[in-house]
Amino acid sequence: MQAPSVVSAKDLCLTYQANDGPVRALSNVNLDVRKGDFVSFIGPSGCGKTTFLRVIADLEKSTSGEISINGMTPEEARKARAYGYVFQAPALYPWRTIENNIALPLEIMGYSSADRTRRVAEALDLVSLSGFEKKFPWQLSGGMQQRASIARALAFDADLLLMDEPFGALDEIVRDHLNEELLKLWTRTNKTICFVTHSIPEAVYLSTKIVVMSPRPGRVTDIIDSTLPAERPLDIRETPEFLEIAHRVREGLRTGHA
Amino acid sequence: MKADTLKDKIVPVTTILLALVVIWYVAAILMNAPFQRDMDGRAGATPSTLEFIGKTLAQPKPILPAPHQVAQNVYENTFLRSLSSNRSLVYHSWVTLSSTLLGFGFGMLLGILLAVLIVHNRAMDRSLMPWLVASQTIPILAIAPMIVIISYNVLTGDNAVAHLLNLDSDASRLVSKALISTYLSFFPVAVGMVKGLRSPEIMHLDLMRTYYASPMQTFWKLRVPASIPFLFTSMKVAIAASLVGAIVGELPTGAVAGIGSKLLAGSYYSQTIDIWAALVAGSLLAGILVAIVGVAAKIVDRAMGGRPA
Repeated sequence: MQAPSVVSAKDLCLTYQANDGPVRALSNVNLDVRKGDFVSFIGPSGCGKTTFLRVIADLEKSTSGEISINGMTPEEARKARAYGYVFQAPALYPWRTIENNIALPLEIMGYSSADRTRRVAEALDLVSLSGFEKKFPWQLSGGMQQRASIARALAFDADLLLMDEPFGALDEIVRDHLNEELLKLWTRTNKTICFVTHSIPEAVYLSTKIVVMSPRPGRVTDIIDSTLPAERPLDIRETPEFLEIAHRVREGLRTGHA
Repeated sequence: MKADTLKDKIVPVTTILLALVVIWYVAAILMNAPFQRDMDGRAGATPSTLEFIGKTLAQPKPILPAPHQVAQNVYENTFLRSLSSNRSLVYHSWVTLSSTLLGFGFGMLLGILLAVLIVHNRAMDRSLMPWLVASQTIPILAIAPMIVIISYNVLTGDNAVAHLLNLDSDASRLVSKALISTYLSFFPVAVGMVKGLRSPEIMHLDLMRTYYASPMQTFWKLRVPASIPFLFTSMKVAIAASLVGAIVGELPTGAVAGIGSKLLAGSYYSQTIDIWAALVAGSLLAGILVAIVGVAAKIVDRAMGGRPA
């Protein structure tokens, strides 16, 4: 039996008006994300992967086609606080300490003070940042800041996590480490994750499903179901199976460009 | 660290100060010399050069008083007079300060209120902003007497506003004078706060949207904290402008007390030393006020996670 659908897009299109005429950012995207999936969106810049994520989050409106999140429209889903969003930059509020940054969504959503304290501690523990509660963002490294922003998205009860190139600005060593942590976190929390990236190894390492996209107009060229086991140590990236999937992603990106 | 402060700040500042004092003395000698020569000529005195220079620096009503004359006047009128004396600089400073602070308070409130309206309402943005800018192009010296007189008459007259506020004539005088400070200080606050309230990055605003935060929550949890540094920068300009406003408010309206009235009385009776002493008092007051705002800014910045410089 298949898990219930979390994100479902049908013939989704998004066209916006630029100075030199209409630009088709998304063209007939069909996709089904099931509960518990880890879906990566990969493609060159301009392929609409971030736009698609923003449509799910109701930060952009699609022009035609259908999209539903947990059976709701994006707007309803946003109002139901159905997802947590992690941006490219940590986007922490510089005047708030780490714990207060993580408490921000909880304050807005009206969680009780005791509940807030407990959830902040839990979220910090999930991203291994316990002990940094009272620090201000600038006192943390870039990787730690991004972890704090993930904790912020995990602190409230949303089963869907939308991540827009969250590790794009970090160096490779930190990135590897955070990828490993993210996988553990995903296993522990049982969330559904949509993850935008432009790194092939990152996409293959993390995902249960890889969506390959191509630009002008932004469209899906390939959807790859990963055959890698759920348990993934970092050195799985040298196995033939891993390389084979990576190869298929690369092929998909190439055909998209041709 | 200590040695650096000495090298980076104290030495350069003192050097400039010394240079200014030297220039001031030279200028005082040169400017007061013709009158002194005239006096000596009439009295038939033939002083030596040194005696002559000494005399130019000790005239009772010099064209340009020497620094030590001003310093002595400031000292006497600050420390040797009783605080209620009409000659006390502390008394006059306090009169000016009270209207400065009252006007500054009004100006802050008005400026912040206008900024909030402008940021939240497109129509306000288009209609108010040009008028705010225009308000500051009117010469304050020209409009000040009218503002003071009209508001005093409104506050003491027989009308709804007067009945509502029910101020006695002293309070009415203070408020009408403070309005000049308000007029000058609301503008930097309004402009700074408009900028500050609009300063949050798109990503920070998007984040609020993903939480389905209400406009009020976005305002209090994002826009207001983001605007605080802008507010303090504006406050530094506004407090200095308020002081200028209070002095200007005292000048053309026959005020009996305050630094402005001191300046006016000094110029009526050619008491140049008194004028300079009042100027010094005004500058010190301005310096202290700006410094207080600066310290407050630093404390708030530290509390809001500011990186130590």
